[in-house]
Amino acid sequence: MATDKIHVKTTINGRPEEFLTDPYVSLLDALREIVGLTGSKEGCLDGNCGACTVNVNGRIVDSCLVLAAEVDGQKVETVEGMASAEGLHPLQQAFLEEAALQCGICTPGFLVASKGLLDNEPDPSEERIRHWLAGNLCRCTGYENIVKAVKKAARNS
Amino acid sequence: MQPFAYSAPTTIKEAVEILDKHGEKARPMAGGTDLLVQIRGGRFDLDTVVDIKKIPELNEISNGNDELVLGAAVPCHKLYDDPAISKSYPGLIDAASLIGSIQIQSRSGFGGNLCNSTPSADGIAPLIVHSAVANIQGTSGSRSVPVEDFCTGPGSNVLGKGEILVSITMPNKGDKFGAAYERFIPRNEMDIAVAAVGASILLDSNGKIEEAKIALASVGPTPIFATKASEFLKGKEPNEAAFKEAAAIAKGECSPIEDMRGTADQRKHLVEVLTERMLNKSLERIGG
Amino acid sequence: MVNVSDSKNYKVIGTNPIRHDGYDKVTGRAVYGADIKLPGLIWASIVRSPHAHAVIKSVDTSAAEKVDGVFAVMTGKDLPHLADSWIDHGEGTENVAWSSENIMATKKVLYKGHAVAAVAAKDRYVADYAASKIKVEYDVLESVTNVEDATKDGAPILLEDLVGDHIGKKVEKTNIASVTRHEFGDPDKAFQDAEHVVERTFTLQMVHQGYIEPHNATATWDEEGRVKVWTSTQGAFPVRTSTAAILDMDVSKVKVTPLEIGGGFGGKIPIYLEPVCATLSKKSGRPVKAVMERSNVFQASGPAPGGTITVKMGTDKNGKLIAADTSIKLEAGGFPGAAVGAAVQCIFAPYEIANTRIDGYDIVVNKPKSAAYRAPGSPQAAFATETVVNELADLHGMDPVDFRLLNASKEGTRRADGVVFPVIGNEEVLDAAKASDHWKSELGTPMKGRIRGRGVASGYWFNVGLKSTVNLTVNTDGTVALVEGSTDIGGTRTSISMQAAEILGIPATDFRPTVGDTETAGYADVTGGSRTTYATGFAAVKAAENLIEVLKERCSVIWSLDKKDIDFDNGTFFATKDPELKFSFKELAANLDSTGGPAASSGSVDLESAGGAFGTHIVDLDVDPDTGKTDIVRYTAVQDVGTVIYPAYCRGNIQGGVVQGIGWGLNEEYFMKDDGSQANTSYLDYRMPTALDMPNIDVIMVEKPNPGHPFGVRGVGEVPICPPIAAIGDALHDALGKRFYDAPMKPGRILNVLGKISD
Repeated sequence: MATDKIHVKTTINGRPEEFLTDPYVSLLDALREIVGLTGSKEGCLDGNCGACTVNVNGRIVDSCLVLAAEVDGQKVETVEGMASAEGLHPLQQAFLEEAALQCGICTPGFLVASKGLLDNEPDPSEERIRHWLAGNLCRCTGYENIVKAVKKAARNS
Repeated sequence: MQPFAYSAPTTIKEAVEILDKHGEKARPMAGGTDLLVQIRGGRFDLDTVVDIKKIPELNEISNGNDELVLGAAVPCHKLYDDPAISKSYPGLIDAASLIGSIQIQSRSGFGGNLCNSTPSADGIAPLIVHSAVANIQGTSGSRSVPVEDFCTGPGSNVLGKGEILVSITMPNKGDKFGAAYERFIPRNEMDIAVAAVGASILLDSNGKIEEAKIALASVGPTPIFATKASEFLKGKEPNEAAFKEAAAIAKGECSPIEDMRGTADQRKHLVEVLTERMLNKSLERIGG
Repeated sequence: MVNVSDSKNYKVIGTNPIRHDGYDKVTGRAVYGADIKLPGLIWASIVRSPHAHAVIKSVDTSAAEKVDGVFAVMTGKDLPHLADSWIDHGEGTENVAWSSENIMATKKVLYKGHAVAAVAAKDRYVADYAASKIKVEYDVLESVTNVEDATKDGAPILLEDLVGDHIGKKVEKTNIASVTRHEFGDPDKAFQDAEHVVERTFTLQMVHQGYIEPHNATATWDEEGRVKVWTSTQGAFPVRTSTAAILDMDVSKVKVTPLEIGGGFGGKIPIYLEPVCATLSKKSGRPVKAVMERSNVFQASGPAPGGTITVKMGTDKNGKLIAADTSIKLEAGGFPGAAVGAAVQCIFAPYEIANTRIDGYDIVVNKPKSAAYRAPGSPQAAFATETVVNELADLHGMDPVDFRLLNASKEGTRRADGVVFPVIGNEEVLDAAKASDHWKSELGTPMKGRIRGRGVASGYWFNVGLKSTVNLTVNTDGTVALVEGSTDIGGTRTSISMQAAEILGIPATDFRPTVGDTETAGYADVTGGSRTTYATGFAAVKAAENLIEVLKERCSVIWSLDKKDIDFDNGTFFATKDPELKFSFKELAANLDSTGGPAASSGSVDLESAGGAFGTHIVDLDVDPDTGKTDIVRYTAVQDVGTVIYPAYCRGNIQGGVVQGIGWGLNEEYFMKDDGSQANTSYLDYRMPTALDMPNIDVIMVEKPNPGHPFGVRGVGEVPICPPIAAIGDALHDALGKRFYDAPMKPGRILNVLGKISD
């Protein structure tokens, strides 16, 4: 496996982050294995479940389909950046209050994806929320509580 | 998976050189949403991927009075986030909004969709009905190919060694033009089309059809420009009878296979149903 | 025992505290199986058969061993592969020889994806690369991938040594591992006397539980031969039992630490990776982690069986069911063990029928070895029975809910496999469905171009009891550490704590629940069978009651009184003869150090059943007769839940099961190719419902307390997946006038049934 490593200088959750990576490594794997942020989850590795959703330069993406090398000079936000020293993000609080998670494996992906919506559209309709989140699969909740939580967070933001 | 290197050239010239040097062992990467899955699945064995997103021409979007220029790397969301493009190129917006998910639309675009060249591609039929042209550059210069002639088989196209898609251009056909694209999928998102139809209608000053284009996806080895059905509509009144007949002709122009997404019969049936619906939708969008 | 089942003035039960693991799970801190890091960790990659049925001729790992970064390789020969033996891992028995062959084959591969070798290397990419260098030679055999083909004359035999038990008769050279028969009365004669008889044959396809988290395991094998495992599992103790059996060790040599689990639904009860990682760890001297790729989760874990079910039912002129006969043929996958036994228990359960015959067939096919999927066998059975019941109701011109009420099983009814029902809520559920706003409301205007229809169906799951232990320790600040062994898939840490909290009269938030490992927690059977809130909650109640006795002892020390003069009520300890002497729980906790040190208690249960539960569901859908596209527009699930402990999660659990059932009914299936492989091994083409596909799911929770539990808890989690398939079929019939006998009822099938396209 002989390829030169690539030096990536990026910003993750507002902080500068620097690492060496093999060029063929996904952003998801770099976050989980190199940087040590395991909040973003692996579900399918082919862009169909959204469990790996992160935010790059203000857009939500499936990090399993982004190469780590690509985020050099870019801004990455993961679930680990949502809460602050002051407390949880309104979405995180709403997810807890509305029982929007059961096993919780899809939750980081849904949180980052929902934040991507509310950051640009502060008062989305239920239909819009469902459409926006169609790329995030949940097998436990049936989605209703997730939609309710996003609506609640929109009201509380 | 074979290890591969990563390069991110900043000029077309650089990109062409790398692609020419490695031939089959290098591929350009825009959104990566097809390519990375294919590499991991063993379809490609590459020495390097060439990230084209740092090349300015491939990121261009310019929506002029006469035409729209879409760089090969432009992601879907940049289209539907733009109200002017949404108004003049509605068939494109239909497709841009339904390829994959929001996450996929942040990365994937028409350029990559075209070069991926699958028969079920959602981006190609709308480009055809918008009379789009693919602009290519390579070691021996540049050339342009109408999108309907770009794909040559499932997964293959006219790009030669060292050639790269730079942009896609399509004319602005004015106020009497409407277009629409719809695919049939079992769920409401996230599926590959079982069958899909794109249509466009340009009316003349008498309200008759000056030009109509119908393109089909997922029902042949490449996306299909249904020329017979399109020709049939020329000069006709845009009414139910004409649309129904055009739909029946379009049904005869496809050659679908049976696979896990649908049977041949089901796909032919859907082509007829969707063609009529898309012609109606295109008409509704005129003057709207 | 404290008798609180009549009390409705609960302080904690019925509330929705923030779940104890919630903060970690919304911040990304929670450690799931794939997240764990150990010093020196290396990764495993597994080599799998490309063929659905083949003899393994040779496995050559030499090229892989030479790859830079590889630490160890293994083949099936590196596992002990004991002769036939059976172990009890809590929710059934397991044949160790078959499980071992399933984990890594030595003789034959029985499905595409069947593991044959593995590599451990410094990272996942190197491991995958090295695995691709392992050469395996096969003699490819003909494969069979459905029950019909597997039972035809001349079908290739999967397991040469299998001796089938066909209603007591021993049969060799067969793919039918077993046939059971349950018979009561004289169904054949009763059919002759029946006013109406409907007989239909149903087909269903293999489906997958679809949990978003792939299987994973991390293992070490140390210098004294002890194996440690970290994994996402539905039961650390069953993993320990299975792993020890496969590796031919004492259970005392295996320690299993369950990490957080990202969904299971039954599919994370069997083990696939643990013995492989342990063996590679032994060979490499390093901790080894494996995470299954999604395509292999589909091809090589434990999906739910498809099969063929024939149901024949007959009624008298009043609409009373007098006879029922069924043959249930389910796919076991490569090794025996389809959930046909459970299907037999459920298939006629909602109905009181005097004359019944049930034949159940467990049939091996060249597909992955099936595992439990949420009420395993019951959704398949319900599709068949409920469709026939709806047809009979139609023939009698009866409302389908009234028909069900007329025939409803109740306390004392003998189930068609012989079990007599205790207190159940079947009739109450049907009454509530009938009285529901949904059932009484108009159908409403469909979406443009669509036809709307309404359907109804019922379902049942028996729920299990089994063993659980809870340990409690009181901290001096009045908080209580609770250790239990039920892995938490959806809030049970909290629902269990809530029950102890109710007994002790303290808030649920004063509990610090932990899911322990096999050396710190008391024994617990699987988190499955809808048993966790029931059985582990019961153990928590017992532990809390025992704790009260321990704390009374402390009071007797402090007050110098006899223990019999001390009582406890409403969170307060007091002297019966002097009410001035009292302590709240917190006050007493502050006094523990001076009265003997930490106060702790334990509670264990081994229970028969969690009280069977029934559900009746109503669905409205809009179907496009030109394309077959179906959208669910309204859904109501009515279910008997016993007593609701944690309402938001009880409700959420039901909603989740409904959505799985809808996916099963509309679009989910394994497409099998002619070469015996699965075509759709990605979430792209294995179509589970997305947020855009589902409406809100209304839930009506009927509370018919289970007398077998101090708070009346009944198992909840599995029933909701049983009715949806038949309910959807019934709604499609209402819309289109055609019945459906094959699932999934996908668009192509709908067009086909309507005669718009050929098959």
